[in-house]
Amino acid sequence: MDAAVADIPDGATIMFGGFGGAGFPNNLIQGLARHGARDLRVISNNCGTGDGELGFLFKNRQIRRVVAAFPGPGAKYFHEQFDAGAIELELVPQGILCERMRAFGAGIPAFYSPVGVGTEIAAGKEERIIHGRRYILEEALGADYAFIKAYRADRLGNLVYRKTARNFNPIMATAAKTAIVEVDEIVETGALDPETIVTPSIYVDRIVQAKGIRFV
Amino acid sequence: MSKARLTREQIAERAALELPDGAYVNLGWGIPNLIAAYVPADVTVYFHSENGILGMGPRARPGEEDYDLVDAMKVPVTLIPGASFFSQVDAHVMTRGGHLDICILGGLQVSEVGDLANWRVPGAKGAGNIGGAMDISVGAERLIVAMEHNANDGSRKIVKRCTYPLTAIECVNTIITDLAVIDITLDGLRLREVAPGFTPDDVQQFTEPKLNYVGKVPEMTLRRR
Repeated sequence: MDAAVADIPDGATIMFGGFGGAGFPNNLIQGLARHGARDLRVISNNCGTGDGELGFLFKNRQIRRVVAAFPGPGAKYFHEQFDAGAIELELVPQGILCERMRAFGAGIPAFYSPVGVGTEIAAGKEERIIHGRRYILEEALGADYAFIKAYRADRLGNLVYRKTARNFNPIMATAAKTAIVEVDEIVETGALDPETIVTPSIYVDRIVQAKGIRFV
Repeated sequence: MSKARLTREQIAERAALELPDGAYVNLGWGIPNLIAAYVPADVTVYFHSENGILGMGPRARPGEEDYDLVDAMKVPVTLIPGASFFSQVDAHVMTRGGHLDICILGGLQVSEVGDLANWRVPGAKGAGNIGGAMDISVGAERLIVAMEHNANDGSRKIVKRCTYPLTAIECVNTIITDLAVIDITLDGLRLREVAPGFTPDDVQQFTEPKLNYVGKVPEMTLRRR
């Protein structure tokens, strides 16, 4: 687990999967807390629940900047540091947060969106009328690393998720230079039904099981 | 005023009658979160949760919770037959892309042209939370706001122009409150129903913009007509 995150430098930009307590790469997060990289730029739907999920990293004061849709009422350490002016926050509508990642992963640098037109989200963004409707320009969002939680991986890196633990994970895997995946179980290549694979192996760089680490 | 307004549960019960059989529906926080319990037994609604479920069922019974199967409020839930899972991107292709039939959100303010403010009180300390509300409001084929007609301090929540930070502009189709059902049309607000015991003049008194209506305005009913 620690080896999987050992090369992450101070100041790295990292995406974290997870929503509503499901699909968080909690073992990788704890590995990063032990590793101690600082001044991190974090992209995540929310900002932890108490000590849980990303809470560990805020508690350790490892995070400098956050892009999030819903920091969340339980994000105790985030809120303390945000209120004290120690953390910079970019608040993004949730669907735009993942669409910006999707665009990055798909090689699209920016796109026009109707979300946030006429609201404070539109401040400073180019606005354009297309077919009579107002849109704002949103830029793609990528990262150095993505921390992913999946259910099963094969040794090649194909991934299967479980129920709502899927959430942001598949899209983040496409939008980061290095996708590091934590799984419950690793199976032999060929053992997963190709029809059920959600994240194809091409997006996956490292797989970690609780007992060990595998680079692919 | 001694007449009793509807309760939050009764607002939810009335809002549930707006959901036709087979509809794909997203429910937001607050009063909308109470609505699923009031869908009539002979109506099947496919609830969408923006963390990746269509066909979300009731909360999981104690002892049967699966923490990989939660709603947008982190509550363990169940599925109904025909349910599906998908990623967050697909969940918002559905919201923003106009694929959902009806979305019902809570509200802090709604303007007479259908602008919605529901994510932040002005001057509030802290970071704020947007979540999926902006994507849902912009994309909803039909957007209903279910809320109390007035704020706790008595101030009007249906206003000429929102003063709270906006969620989306010109997006609300219908407002269901503890006093009335109001449709937002190109010609302004149309008072469709009033709470039992209230008159259109009563409702107007608690509403900033002018309410339009013709003839006798029927009372809100919690049963299908």
